[in-house]
Amino acid sequence: MAADIGYGSLIIAFLASLYGVGAAIYGERGKDNRWVESARKAMLLTFPLLTIAVVSIIYLILTDQFQVNYVAQVSSRNMPLYLKVSALWGSQAGSLVFWSWLLAAFASAVTLRKWDRDRDLLPWVIVVASGTLAFFLFLNVFFENPFTRLWQTAEGVTTAMIAPGNAIPFVPRDGQGLNPLLRHPGMVIHPPTLYLGFVAFIIPYAFAIASLIAGRTDDRWIRVTRKWTLWAWLFLSLGLVLGARWAYDVLGWGGYWGWDPVEISAFMPWLTGTAFLHSVMIQEKRSMFKQWNMVLIILTYDLVIFGTFLTRSGVLSSVHSFAQSAIGPLFFVFIVLTLGGSIGLLMYRWETLKSKNSLSSFFSREALFLLNNLLFVGILVTSFWGVIFPLISEIVTGQKVTVGPPFYERATAPLFGGLMLLMGVAPLSAWGYSSWKTLGRSLWKPFLASLLAVVAVFALGIWEPWYAVIAFWLVGFVITVTVYEFWRGSMSRMRRLGESFFTALWKLVTRYRRRYGGYIIHVSMILMALGIIGIEIFQTETQGTLAQGENLRLGAYTMTYDRLDNFDADNGSRNVARAVVSVSKDGEEVAELYPRRDFYYDSQQPATIPGVHSTLADDFYVILVDWEPVSESGATFKAYHNPLVKWLWIGSWAFLFGIILTAWPEKKEKRGLA
Amino acid sequence: MKINKKQLNFILLGVLLSLALTIVVASPVNAQDPTPSDDDVNAIAKQLYCPVCENIPLDACGTQACIQWRGIIRDKLAEGWSEKEIKQYFVDQYGDRVLAEPPRRGLNWLVYIVPPIAFLAGAYVLYKGFRTWKAAEDSQGVEKKRNIADMPKEEVDEYILQLEAELKNR
Repeated sequence: MAADIGYGSLIIAFLASLYGVGAAIYGERGKDNRWVESARKAMLLTFPLLTIAVVSIIYLILTDQFQVNYVAQVSSRNMPLYLKVSALWGSQAGSLVFWSWLLAAFASAVTLRKWDRDRDLLPWVIVVASGTLAFFLFLNVFFENPFTRLWQTAEGVTTAMIAPGNAIPFVPRDGQGLNPLLRHPGMVIHPPTLYLGFVAFIIPYAFAIASLIAGRTDDRWIRVTRKWTLWAWLFLSLGLVLGARWAYDVLGWGGYWGWDPVEISAFMPWLTGTAFLHSVMIQEKRSMFKQWNMVLIILTYDLVIFGTFLTRSGVLSSVHSFAQSAIGPLFFVFIVLTLGGSIGLLMYRWETLKSKNSLSSFFSREALFLLNNLLFVGILVTSFWGVIFPLISEIVTGQKVTVGPPFYERATAPLFGGLMLLMGVAPLSAWGYSSWKTLGRSLWKPFLASLLAVVAVFALGIWEPWYAVIAFWLVGFVITVTVYEFWRGSMSRMRRLGESFFTALWKLVTRYRRRYGGYIIHVSMILMALGIIGIEIFQTETQGTLAQGENLRLGAYTMTYDRLDNFDADNGSRNVARAVVSVSKDGEEVAELYPRRDFYYDSQQPATIPGVHSTLADDFYVILVDWEPVSESGATFKAYHNPLVKWLWIGSWAFLFGIILTAWPEKKEKRGLA
Repeated sequence: MKINKKQLNFILLGVLLSLALTIVVASPVNAQDPTPSDDDVNAIAKQLYCPVCENIPLDACGTQACIQWRGIIRDKLAEGWSEKEIKQYFVDQYGDRVLAEPPRRGLNWLVYIVPPIAFLAGAYVLYKGFRTWKAAEDSQGVEKKRNIADMPKEEVDEYILQLEAELKNR
């Protein structure tokens, strides 16, 4: 019953979104506002309908209705409640419904805003949002239906919504359970966060396309969607960080990012989104680069669609799996149509979007922002090319190749370095005018101060590799410039208004939140960079098989294997092999760690959970190597020394603070410094 | 866990190979010591990817096939093979896809040259754009070039001026 209700509501939501598209276009063409209003109501209706679909899936999972194929695939009787709820997005069909539900929520929220000044945009925003929703619901209704049931026929077990002839319901005794790797709190919040980021970026895109269709050349669409974009960026960034944390905690390879196509597919819209966040400021300040901003938001939208497609389908693994996937070609067609349509529309309006303003200097803020855009797009091109090259190779030569981390690291590291340099230089250039002399005058003091970072690095005995020294200098440089910026702003207020330093600083940050929140985000990125530099350049590892009481040494750390406990947990749903190891540093005991290997009976799959001793300076990370002999007498361990990696997570918190400060709604819309 | 035909073939191949190797290694003529350490094996394994476990380097992979591969690496090391020879052995057996990066030849060159060419092309377009915009600016005379050396230091510092102006107009 719940499956029928859920599927019915999916179908009605699909029809409502199609109707929304049609009614909005019809109303706009006939200048009949009643139709546009009707389209808006249809858009609003999709949210409660999809809520019913989502609740139905969760209900089916919570009540262990394994006749429903999706429930049998992603859940099992013994899974705890929070995992059962998160099984909603545990596989493709459910995650697509979840995605559509979030989009319906965002689109509904947008249609509820005051449209007095942008009435001409409303029908087209509905067309874009409803059109996108209709596509995803089309996939759910016809190809990835989470409500199909299992039926026993003469030929075997099959799936269908309605019983085939002579079939009887097939109800497995238990479900297969969620993939063990997904049974982690990080995995519970990582996908929704990422999806929120994905979906929220559709709103600025919808406004951009609406502006193009309506022929508006002002930057109203950017101002209206500024906060949406920031929140989208927040969620997308947070989703990426949570994914990294999950990988570090669960995947057990000692790292946080493996340049996997799925990771890259979530990273690509972040790159264009970040470039967009910077370049819209040029449009707001100087009314320039309107066309470029359109290009960026169009790219972001289609990369979001591409990312959603890749995240769950895995079809990039080979040409064959792409062709065999029911929805692969449909996604491809949708991306081609939306990209082609959007670019065509942009070409049509190209001349009207030209700016009368021009650049006065290569060193002005806007020029440096364009450089920043070039670097982001450079990383995007590298990432995209690396992801699709194996497919191209397979199509052209029939030979599959792997494009792995060494390629991406080598190709993108200089570009990331360039971005760090710009984070240090750009805040000290002025809008509209800056010469190399004025910029030089602003820069020389922080530059000299930042050399202290290099001195510190040398004092710590780090002389090589050379690029690590440069990277540490860049960290020092950006932090110095940012602190200098806060100081300059505060001093300026103190001089002008006679405020005390702390009042000046407080007012500076709270009144010009976009600018100074942005600086906090810069610092947070640099802290994250510090963690990345540490683990990427200085990670060391060792592996060894130890008898009880034996040691494994890695740098200053020594770990001793004390014992191994083997037991069943969670009502006998998983077997846990848990080692107890004591860790000492320079002869002094610092921690007792419990690296373990969980084996899930339902899915018959293991998960390796590391034991980690984490400090600001470094992490000592131990894995019980589950694929080598493990017994009472001896076990194989792999230990990693990950310097500075904690700063990656500290930076994430700082980032969260910075972006919330920047994006938090203001009481009165003010045009702040940027 | 479902195993498809391809994976099954691969596992069977791995089993056969390791059996064959066991026979070879077991012969006293080839036996050498010292036994390679786990770190020696992992140093090579982390540069290889098995065709079944997408995007998981061999040193971090827990499948049976990968256990056998690591066993092969250990055996080859014990026989005195070099890192290059071992990698080539896997390439000969399974193709270029076992390597972390495509070998630099033929079509594979594209993977290495397209990103820098695209970046340089972007940089060139941007540079041309700068020149055009700058030329337009100069001809309009909107911002006349200033002799910075003749101006008071505070005034030259546009940033301070702007910051203070905006604070003033708050």
